[in-house]
Amino acid sequence: MTLAEGVQLVSFGLLAAMMIAAALGVVLLSNIVYSAFLLGIVFVSISGMYVLLNAGFVAAAQILIYVGAVNVLILFGIMLVNKREDFAPVRRAWLGKVATGAVCLGLFALLSTMVLGTPWALSSEAAIGDGATVMIGLHFFSDFLLPFELASVLLLIALVGAIILARREFIPDEMPQDTVGDALKLPERPRELVPASRDGAES
Amino acid sequence: MIQLEYFLLLAAALFCIGIYGLVTSRNVIRVLMSIELMLNAVNLNLMAFSNYLDPASATGQVFTVFVITIAAAEASVGLAIVLSIYRNRDTVDMEQFNLLKW
Repeated sequence: MTLAEGVQLVSFGLLAAMMIAAALGVVLLSNIVYSAFLLGIVFVSISGMYVLLNAGFVAAAQILIYVGAVNVLILFGIMLVNKREDFAPVRRAWLGKVATGAVCLGLFALLSTMVLGTPWALSSEAAIGDGATVMIGLHFFSDFLLPFELASVLLLIALVGAIILARREFIPDEMPQDTVGDALKLPERPRELVPASRDGAES
Repeated sequence: MIQLEYFLLLAAALFCIGIYGLVTSRNVIRVLMSIELMLNAVNLNLMAFSNYLDPASATGQVFTVFVITIAAAEASVGLAIVLSIYRNRDTVDMEQFNLLKW
């Protein structure tokens, strides 16, 4: 990173404040659509952190995959299960929240003491910077080749699994006779047409 | 100069926020978002270690790319499961998903 140290420090502070505030908003806000957009802000600020850490390729991948794919997917999920329901109150819900908050604060204190107390073996080598992209490619096709190929198979499995899980399930009453023509069709229950009423538009 | 500890503390804070959201949320989609937060905290750890402890060979960045890939697959399958449960139970409340409760 060729920026001056003061600039790095200030941008780190800004990104950190933005990230923590947006993450708290994701968890604490009651409107889930706001939470999804704040999640995008968290992803963008983490990508800025990656730029500060001399990793331009992963920063771009973070923007492309998280903001472009995962966040949009979550927004579509919110749209599809859009039901404004008031959750039934659970007895002593505040107790669970307080206990969880205490556990999380304790975990954070534990991690901080570990982080601050460990003598890290810092390396004095110069970071490779933009050469990291070439280095990542070399890793992918030499010593990380098997995980790389397995990741592609896993993505294919996730693709097929998501389609199968999310489709409307259909159990035909009688088996179709024309199996040759229907061999490539995925039987699906006909969707119930929801009338575009005022109630449906508001909810 | 930004120290390694700053990034690690920030990742720890993000991870703890993610755990809090994972446990206390009632909405299923918010639970998925909390999982994404935790995965991002781990990614930030990996990248910080890659930059400060092993800057010459970008192994940590390779691991981060793998984690991003797995997270994308997890999000798609998770949302498909949420849609399927929503069609069956007609709710997104975590407290109502107690079919497997003892």
